[in-house]
Amino acid sequence: MSDEVLFHREFSVAGGDFSAAGTVSTQIKSILQEIGFEPPIIRRAAIASYEAEMNVVMYAEKAVVRLSAAPNSIRIEFDDQGRGIPDIDMAMQEGYSTATPQMREMGFGAGMGLPNIKRNSDVMEITSELGKGTRLKITIFTE
Amino acid sequence: MKLAQIIELLDCDVVAGAKNLGLNVDAVFAADLMSDVLAFTTPGALLLTGLANVQSVITAHVAEVKAVVYVRGKKPDADAVKLAEQKGLPLLASPLSMFTACGRLFTSGLKSDGEQGGT
Repeated sequence: MSDEVLFHREFSVAGGDFSAAGTVSTQIKSILQEIGFEPPIIRRAAIASYEAEMNVVMYAEKAVVRLSAAPNSIRIEFDDQGRGIPDIDMAMQEGYSTATPQMREMGFGAGMGLPNIKRNSDVMEITSELGKGTRLKITIFTE
Repeated sequence: MKLAQIIELLDCDVVAGAKNLGLNVDAVFAADLMSDVLAFTTPGALLLTGLANVQSVITAHVAEVKAVVYVRGKKPDADAVKLAEQKGLPLLASPLSMFTACGRLFTSGLKSDGEQGGT
């Protein structure tokens, strides 16, 4: 099967904009439905994107999101500018969180975000630089 | 069980998605933490929650939850209702507590969603 990209689109997410949180993930879901991926694949991509988008809204200043869909894989990159993650291993532990009460009122910030992204990805790559930002690459194979 | 029966059991008002009340659900997930909904539900579940902002609707849409019941007399805000109407997602509002609402659904034969060894 081919790695050739069928579709590519960039989005932007604004940090701190809780009212718009989730709009990019819902767009990604619609695009993947229009392309015609199988529902379980779309659900995994939508859940991983939504958690990643919430992380940007909660912790970063802004991010560029790049969606690339190929016949055999979906790749979603979140490239943010912000404070970065001091200890990625710690952030990957379920229940570890630095969320504020406002974030918790949104139904997030319980230390489930990165573990949930990992659970729904086939490959999750994350690198972070303190004071600069975090780059997260989610890959989901479609077959 | 049809949503119409759930509305009766839980004394719900229909807040959005009135045209989809013929839908059937057989598994229920109850949580206020949306990350848990994303992590543990299976497609087609009914969500009971006390979180009444737009994130509850986005979470339901993303996780393919079939309908949302807000408990403890909570009413979803205007953004939540608008998005639910766009997506055709039924939103129901019950005056019951989470415990009582879950109890009524459980004794009426609905199953727990996403639970290993659950009944």
